[in-house]
Amino acid sequence: MSESVIKCKKDLSVTVAGVKFPNPVIAASGTYGFGQDYTDLYPLNILGGISCKGTTINPKDGNPAPRIAETPAGMLNSVGLQNPGVDVFISEHLPKAKRDGNIIIANIAGATLDDYRAVAEKLEDTDVDMIELNISCPNVKQGGASWGITCDGAATVTKAVRAVTKKPLMVKLTPNVTNITEIAKAAEAEGADCLSLINTLLGMRIDIKTRRPILKNNVGGFSGPAVFPVAVRMVWQVANAVGIDVVGLGGITTAEDAVEMMMAGAKAVQVGTAIFTDPYAPVKIIKGLERYMEENNLNSLEEIVGTVRPW
Amino acid sequence: MAYFCNAYPVLERTEIAEGIFSYVISCPEAAAASKAGQFVHIRAEGYTLRRPISICGIDREKGTLRIVFEVRGGGTDTLSRLKPGDKMDMIAPLGNGFTVKEIPEEKNVVAVGGGIGVPPMLGISAEYKNVKAIIGFRSGDKVILEEDLKRLCAEVTVCTDDGSYGERGVVTNPLEKELEKGSTAMIYACGPTPMLKAVKAAAEKYNIPCELSLEQRMACGVGACVGCACNIKRGGKDLVLRVCKDGPVFKAEEVVL
Repeated sequence: MSESVIKCKKDLSVTVAGVKFPNPVIAASGTYGFGQDYTDLYPLNILGGISCKGTTINPKDGNPAPRIAETPAGMLNSVGLQNPGVDVFISEHLPKAKRDGNIIIANIAGATLDDYRAVAEKLEDTDVDMIELNISCPNVKQGGASWGITCDGAATVTKAVRAVTKKPLMVKLTPNVTNITEIAKAAEAEGADCLSLINTLLGMRIDIKTRRPILKNNVGGFSGPAVFPVAVRMVWQVANAVGIDVVGLGGITTAEDAVEMMMAGAKAVQVGTAIFTDPYAPVKIIKGLERYMEENNLNSLEEIVGTVRPW
Repeated sequence: MAYFCNAYPVLERTEIAEGIFSYVISCPEAAAASKAGQFVHIRAEGYTLRRPISICGIDREKGTLRIVFEVRGGGTDTLSRLKPGDKMDMIAPLGNGFTVKEIPEEKNVVAVGGGIGVPPMLGISAEYKNVKAIIGFRSGDKVILEEDLKRLCAEVTVCTDDGSYGERGVVTNPLEKELEKGSTAMIYACGPTPMLKAVKAAAEKYNIPCELSLEQRMACGVGACVGCACNIKRGGKDLVLRVCKDGPVFKAEEVVL
């Protein structure tokens, strides 16, 4: 794919929580590393942005392998937040990721409130463009989604991080809850600037020959095209319940999916599992969105956000 | 170590044993960059995850790669239906290949392959003049690449678990016999974990450098998702590394099996 093929003629930019993204297609955290693994194929600055691998205060080894299982139209993962820690993120990965003016979102995770606060504090003086607060990782025993499954938990951790950062703050929600709009409102009330959803659904596969779960962690996060309708529904519900911007993710594979997600109420989208099937997926989605704008005489993609007409 | 991602034309398809397929793919850019022990990551239409398949042969002049894989489920079944002229959507080449060393004339290397771990042994055998290949299979009907290896190797020993072809038993016996001769400079191995454990133990016993090619369930294939973890001891530290990017080839002494 040459530069001329990927250069967009239209202005695809969207603004989320005051941050201007050149287009609404962001690589989802955990699927794109820190960006450098894909530079052989295309320059990173053609993406809207990159949400980096979830980062914790100390390095983390993650869960034992196997960590990956395929499902119909999707996959499970139980990586368990393996990452080099925030110091290495800042010194080694961030400078490379920020080259060429890429919009970089730091995804932060932790077990305790102090962990979250400490990571956010370290990022405060970096040129990270936005912080994505991961209160939804299903693959870690402590912290992770346990913060995101109650209103109190979501409120507490959002408030704690809000107190130490002036960076735009995006809170990433888990779908593994009874009422996601209540959690969304709790995060909004404590100062979240925007929300991203959905993280993975908790799933399981069993090898019927061995009667063992395929994942060594037994259970893991379910993602891919199969979860897309769940994500659209939740984005629609949340976008209608809050006043802040929403970034939609979960199974987006094509430009049509991205349009659908934006009509449900998302101002931007994240693409994850689709990259494993086709590393060019984000680029094809951007090109498809540009075509969609031309065909529908749009001056801005923001014109379609939340325009679904429910029955 | 650049890689490419494209839909490349299939030139040849052969079923070399029941359910085991050999493909030759025209991909000059990827072939030029490939090394023995690296792998390709192939998209199977209708499946979310690509299938990592080790490179079996590299022909840089013709610009082709050869791969050999076994049908194990729907994804590999879909791949095995691709015909000459069809396009194979591959990311290639990926990972670190085998280290090729300068060895004295009188020395040899030993390539140990088990089952569907045999194909990468063909690739490394093409890099040396004096290779002793020891390959193991469940039974005689599963034997693959024996003739191909004979064209490249000084000696090929075939073992089957049930004794229906070649020597009865696992590869460890002929391997130890070969290592006892004292002329082995390097060992390469790919196969099931019990075999890799035995090869690692033999390499340590005879103090011969050894490289193992590992397998793990994989998602991205390029190092981004950290899905394909393996445990490695390096410099006194316990590390969790990626089979796809840090491997799939590791020094045997580093690998925790």
